[in-house]
Amino acid sequence: MNSCLETIRDYALRSIGIGERLLPRADITLCEQFTLIGSGLIWNIYFGALALFFGFFLATAVALARGARNALLRKPAQWFIFVFRGSPLFIQFFLFYEAFVLLPKMGIDINLGFVEITAETRWLTRAWLGALIVLFLNTAAYSGEIFYGALRAVPQGDIEAADAYGLTGWRKFRRIVWPTMLRLAWPAYTNEAIFLFHATTLVYFSGFPAWQQKGDALYYANYFADKTFNPFIPYPILAGYFILLTLAIIAVFGLINRRLNRHLPQERRQMLRFRPNYIR
Amino acid sequence: MFSFCTDPASLPQLEWFACYLTTGKHMAFYGSFLVVLLLLLVTAPVALAFGFGGAMAARARFAPLRWFGKGYTAVVRGVPDIAFFMFFVIALDQGIEWLRHKIRCPDWEQPIRQGNDFVVCAQAKMPLSNAAQWVHEAYGFTLAVLTFSIVFGAFAANVLFGAMRAVPRAQVETAEAYGMTHRQAFWRITVPQMWIYALPGLSNLWMILIKATPLLFLLGVEDIVYWARELGGAKTSAYSYPHPDWRLWYFLALLVFYLGLTRVSEIVLGRITARLSHGQATLGGQALRKGAG
Repeated sequence: MNSCLETIRDYALRSIGIGERLLPRADITLCEQFTLIGSGLIWNIYFGALALFFGFFLATAVALARGARNALLRKPAQWFIFVFRGSPLFIQFFLFYEAFVLLPKMGIDINLGFVEITAETRWLTRAWLGALIVLFLNTAAYSGEIFYGALRAVPQGDIEAADAYGLTGWRKFRRIVWPTMLRLAWPAYTNEAIFLFHATTLVYFSGFPAWQQKGDALYYANYFADKTFNPFIPYPILAGYFILLTLAIIAVFGLINRRLNRHLPQERRQMLRFRPNYIR
Repeated sequence: MFSFCTDPASLPQLEWFACYLTTGKHMAFYGSFLVVLLLLLVTAPVALAFGFGGAMAARARFAPLRWFGKGYTAVVRGVPDIAFFMFFVIALDQGIEWLRHKIRCPDWEQPIRQGNDFVVCAQAKMPLSNAAQWVHEAYGFTLAVLTFSIVFGAFAANVLFGAMRAVPRAQVETAEAYGMTHRQAFWRITVPQMWIYALPGLSNLWMILIKATPLLFLLGVEDIVYWARELGGAKTSAYSYPHPDWRLWYFLALLVFYLGLTRVSEIVLGRITARLSHGQATLGGQALRKGAG
């Protein structure tokens, strides 16, 4: 038991480079598998949470552009959604990685007035930034399509009521259209969030190298399966972690769903259940 | 390929590309596109069959069978599909070898798991170590198809289970009133009517399946991703066709291939939906009636 605590101390933050440098090689214990795979989950949560957060804003913009009457706005949004939804994420990772590698390897100076930051393009070839950009664009396309569908489903009566109250432009959007859109889109968006977190496992298998063996949960699970030649232990552990992560996502999104629906009478509120209909 | 390809170094641009794109390796690259299409064509019906079996099991009145069906559909929900792909390929391989080991070498004393190794007797190796190269490749491909089918079968079981429940209850009640048994009502009433309810879900699954095919690369099959990396990498002048790193262009070609595939699928599936909606008491069927009348 004591040695397990030591293992946790050595490897719990291994995926972000804190703790023991060498990965366990021989006599791999169950404790080491649990700790390292759990440690890799940090990356899955990092990629998923940040891509979802930034993707949310781009998705709203894409959905609005997709529904715009102006073809200069509509066409690019349509193409953006088509390209990212119509091709495998796996290929997108490879493509972007190769593109980032070809970028000139130099820094771009950003002058913020008081401080100067050098943004180096070589960071783009690292998973933490490069893969995040791909996931961000990918989820923005999928969520954009979901939001667009919801935008078209906003009841006409709500808009008319807003007009009657004299709301226009930004205020009408902010107070009426956007909340209703979110409310309608939320079950599908939850689904997308779950899929996005699952998709983060692809990062280290698709071009982006795991630097100094700092990888995500699947990377470590695969490492153990290769080392012990026994897939029946690491992969179920990974599955267990992901089921917990999925339940956590549903809990968080369920809370937001309750807040979005709080003005509705009790029986008309739809509970958020995990019923994936695999709409991707 | 062409007669002028004997000395590529002296060729002008256009001919150089004509020769470059028709080398033996490029032919293998084009062949791997067929491998992807083959995988799709084989996996889709097999996965549908798995899904049908799973959905039937989930509806069974015999409790253990029902638990199995529900468990099968539930287990893929919370877990990334790529984890399943990585798991099943090794697990199936070891399972098959273990079974053959038990049958072929019953008097083998040593344990199969020796520390970090998985050891079976030589006759139980799958495929046999002296088998031809194509047997190894075919075996790898079969494992991949089986893996895809198991994972997508569970998705399909979920869709079909919902579709079976979506068939109006009155239809089954009428069948029972006519004296049909449970089995007859299922095969004659529920199954023919469920497809229109299953179609949106199945179309989505088809799209997800298309987009999952590059994962073949991770299963050790020499597929389009493998060749794109292989051919695109920078070639020094030691090769007959030296070029810098062209992987970006190769992956761009793959992207275009997949975009085309999903676009064509969308159009075809739209047509099928329209066809199946004929005469159905759904919104789509109603719209078709109004359009015709």
